[in-house]
Amino acid sequence: MLIPCPVCGQRDAGEFFYRGDATAARPPLEEEAERPWVEYVYARHNPRGEHLEFWQHAHGCRQLLVVRRNTETHEVFEARLVGPFGEGG
Amino acid sequence: MPGFRLASGGTRIDRSARFTFTFDGAPVEAFAGDTIASALIASGRSIVARSFKYHRPRGVFSAGAEEPNALVTVGSGAVREPNVNAATRLAAPGMEVSGQNAFPSVERDIGAVGEKLSPFLAAGFYYKTFIGPLKRSWMWYEPAIRRAAGMGRASLEPDPARYEKASAFADVLVVGAGPAGLAAALTAGRAGARVILAEAAPGPGGALDLEEADIDGRPAGEWAAAATVELAGMENVTLMPRTHVWGYYDGGVLAALEDCGGEGETRCRHWRIEARQAVLATGAIERPIVFAGNDRPGVMLASAGLAYARRYGAAPGGNVILFCNNDEAWRSAGLLAEAGVKIAAIVDPRTEILDALARPLAERGAEIILSHVVAAARGVKRVEGATIVPVGEAALAEAAGNIDRPGAQAQESEQGEDAAPPAPGGALERACDTILVSGGFNPVINLASQAGGPPVWREEIAAFVPGEPRQAFIAAGAAAGAPTLEIAINQGAEAGALAASAAGFEARNEELAVKIPVEGLRVTTEDGGLLPLFEVEPQGAKPGKAADKAFVDLQHDVTAADIRLAHQEGFADAEHLKRYTTLGMANDQGRTSALAGLAILAGEREMPLPAVGSTRFRPPAIPVPLGTLAGRERGRHAAPVRRSPLHHAHLAAGAQMMEAGLWMRPRIYPKRGETLFAAYTREARHVRRAVGIADVSTLGKIEVAGPDAAAFLDRVYANNFSNLAVGKARYGLMLREDGFVFDDGTAWRLAEDRYLATTTTAKAAEVMLHLEFLAAAAFPELKVSLTSVSDQYAGIAVAGPKARELLARLVEGTGMDNDAFPFMGVREATVGGAPALLARLSFSGENAYEVYVGADHGPFIWKLLLEKGADLEVAPYGLEAMGTLRIEKGHVAGPELNGRVSAHDLGMEKLLSTKKPFVGKPLAQRPALSEPGRLQLVGVIAADEAFRAGAHLVAGPAEQPGPSEGHITSVTFSPALGKTIGLALLKGGRERRGESLYAADPIRGGHCRVEVVSPHFVDPKGERLHG
Ligand SMILES: [Zn+2]
Repeated sequence: MLIPCPVCGQRDAGEFFYRGDATAARPPLEEEAERPWVEYVYARHNPRGEHLEFWQHAHGCRQLLVVRRNTETHEVFEARLVGPFGEGG
Repeated sequence: MPGFRLASGGTRIDRSARFTFTFDGAPVEAFAGDTIASALIASGRSIVARSFKYHRPRGVFSAGAEEPNALVTVGSGAVREPNVNAATRLAAPGMEVSGQNAFPSVERDIGAVGEKLSPFLAAGFYYKTFIGPLKRSWMWYEPAIRRAAGMGRASLEPDPARYEKASAFADVLVVGAGPAGLAAALTAGRAGARVILAEAAPGPGGALDLEEADIDGRPAGEWAAAATVELAGMENVTLMPRTHVWGYYDGGVLAALEDCGGEGETRCRHWRIEARQAVLATGAIERPIVFAGNDRPGVMLASAGLAYARRYGAAPGGNVILFCNNDEAWRSAGLLAEAGVKIAAIVDPRTEILDALARPLAERGAEIILSHVVAAARGVKRVEGATIVPVGEAALAEAAGNIDRPGAQAQESEQGEDAAPPAPGGALERACDTILVSGGFNPVINLASQAGGPPVWREEIAAFVPGEPRQAFIAAGAAAGAPTLEIAINQGAEAGALAASAAGFEARNEELAVKIPVEGLRVTTEDGGLLPLFEVEPQGAKPGKAADKAFVDLQHDVTAADIRLAHQEGFADAEHLKRYTTLGMANDQGRTSALAGLAILAGEREMPLPAVGSTRFRPPAIPVPLGTLAGRERGRHAAPVRRSPLHHAHLAAGAQMMEAGLWMRPRIYPKRGETLFAAYTREARHVRRAVGIADVSTLGKIEVAGPDAAAFLDRVYANNFSNLAVGKARYGLMLREDGFVFDDGTAWRLAEDRYLATTTTAKAAEVMLHLEFLAAAAFPELKVSLTSVSDQYAGIAVAGPKARELLARLVEGTGMDNDAFPFMGVREATVGGAPALLARLSFSGENAYEVYVGADHGPFIWKLLLEKGADLEVAPYGLEAMGTLRIEKGHVAGPELNGRVSAHDLGMEKLLSTKKPFVGKPLAQRPALSEPGRLQLVGVIAADEAFRAGAHLVAGPAEQPGPSEGHITSVTFSPALGKTIGLALLKGGRERRGESLYAADPIRGGHCRVEVVSPHFVDPKGERLHG
């Protein structure tokens, strides 16, 4: 599997660390209720097909990416930067 | 006469280069270019192996990757390589080859008890024999059965061979350099695509050298040679001979094994090929027909017989009977006869055959026996004859279906030289030393099956072809079921053009004309003239004597009877049949057996073959040495060894180094003759008495900078950091999102907007990833940057009552007394002239400092500390003594921070700030994380005995220990207390101080009385570190 890192270009998936489901909505830090955090930490849909995932280019530019890919075929459609260098950051 | 070397011929051998190798100790003559199998055949060697379960003698069966019998062991000692396919491995001068599964040799195997045990070895014997009252006997029988039923043994010594890994990239990967593959590579290459042409054999052409055909107006061999020259001349084309593509993975990634050969060189290379498009031109392999005794040495695939004669000048035998059901095999027989091999008879169930095929053979003396099948092979160590029976009219008509077959009537003849009087019931007996068999051809669909849908049944070839692709591949040629060379080669050319176009290149495809110089043949070979026949059902050949075994899977010794038994017992699904009988589960992946097994099952179920389904192929398609997957990453290179900048200083000080996680670290600095115990207790005692220095460079160090650095740390640590004064450090506890303890360390405030955060050695990389994730995904609004500076600093802990005095001699830029440099103070200064960061922190409980200097300055400063402190008795202390000192102080480390403890469990709940939100807070507040019955941190101390980490805490003595109530995580002998002490996680431990328990260690031995105490064994009030 290749991931098109916006900084480094097409790189082997072995250079990246998987960092979890990017569709899980993180509650705001101030949220004190237990339920939304339980949902965020433990509940996953594990869809077959197209999905958004966090991957970090740990053995490259170290940027965190959101990768859109097909979990069934492993086809990667796009990867975009997250954080201060991402869109709107 | 079994096999022998023909007087001439052999396209792959060089008769001028002769050498010998040994087989089971006996010399075997060979020519350069011979495979082990071809040399053994040419030398007249019939038995090359013993079978898996029954130890029956076996000979060479094929000439390719499908070989089920001729697996041998090559080499001895450390280089012993088991299960080598003799049909594909080239022989080499002096090579030591030995038979497997036999003692002392395959020729005289005293382990052939399998035959007598055979009733116990039928289908599913593992499942049946060892249940019920016999279950316990498994442990007695297992070693004997494993030894009797097995494959070669691997060497137990380290493999001295070198293996490599490499990557390659292609627009179009063509797998197989037969006619279809060559044509595909040509069209794709001419279009300008980056093409890789991978071929398992040493040279191109596939089975073209077994054909008599003209391609594009010239002989097939010339065409293949010219195609190869053209391909080699293209810069965008890479030819990869001796490279077997064995795996088709997601995203167009294929795995291949390159056999590099040559001693002292790389043995093989693992290729990871990224291909935008693939053309699978993997060809087809001949399949056998099952009959009684079909495993006897001398029974061989017809095309293999031809391959040995043509490629290696090796006759498969001196007196050959061909048993076949298709025209292709007749052509093979004709070419064999031309090469000088005596064809005694041809047995074919069909009623008529083309005159053009039959006449030349009959003219050379072959007896043509139509409407008959071979029912049994006679002989044990070598085929001695064949029992041939007529085919029932009804059975024939049923098998033939509605196939309307034009062609000339061939004469039926029973006048062969060896003609024996007809056996009772119309059976014929014919003498022979070899039976060549051909039941048609199976497309090689392993890769297509890995990357595609279920295979599709193709009636005219009675075989499965690749199913719908799920990746970007096109199957072409015989692999796609093309029945003739002309169709195959044009399919290849078209596939190459399609693949190149799909990869974005403009491709042109010209039709290639193929002529086969046998008049009238092309008419029938549209369907190969095939009469589907997979098995000749056993016939009681002689009264009172059961028929010999008929094998479906030669490699796993699965018989036709096993399959019928499995069906009878309810294993009627293809996948169930496979697992119950192990049919097709050997390393040949059932290439020659799977279809026959399915055909027999279909017969039992009285349904068409495709209706019983097929099994899925999985990678690897061929056996792959584990070493090739490891490549160079083994032994010391399996993981990078990390060394601290002070590594050589430790070696110079006589340190005993040890692997600790990723790092090589000094365990102890033993004096001459000193034991581990004596050394670490001395070092620990010395720190409490005088001053010691220790290497702490391995701690993770992260610089956190930016206007929001303080706010960021407030969010990621459980306790507060924004109110930390510049020039001070603080202990910090980090939780995971789920509220459990993640890591601990200290963070030093170097400036308003700059901190240095330290992590444990073990979690350094994880903490960095965690913080980077939070900064990018959770708190992108914070202006903060994170930089790992772990490798930029050498860190030295200077600890003990004389630590201050020692440092004062070297430090400039800060006072060292309690006012100028208080406990938890951080100072930027110089040490021995080197810029340094100093923090007054203690892991040991003594007055101590951590000194960070640039990594390159580290060794100098280490040496300087030892020199300038000689009169203060400064001495280095290692990892063991560091452990002793921290356990005496009750500081938690890796064994306690095991991912399942909460802050409350460690007695650190006060660090969970109530004034601010932080990562993990909401879930850390779940009541279950502070339940009183949880495993909680305690100290344990033994009166005068010793115990070990990992021991469980129980209430009772050894005779009646009772349930585990917790376990001991860290243990040391405490020189300060003169006793063995430990940290432990004990159920409800916080309320159980003073209780007497036992440290139970039943596996390693030991049951020791311990007392539950506070984990702070030494100086609980911390007076020493403020001193
Ligand atoms: Zn990158």
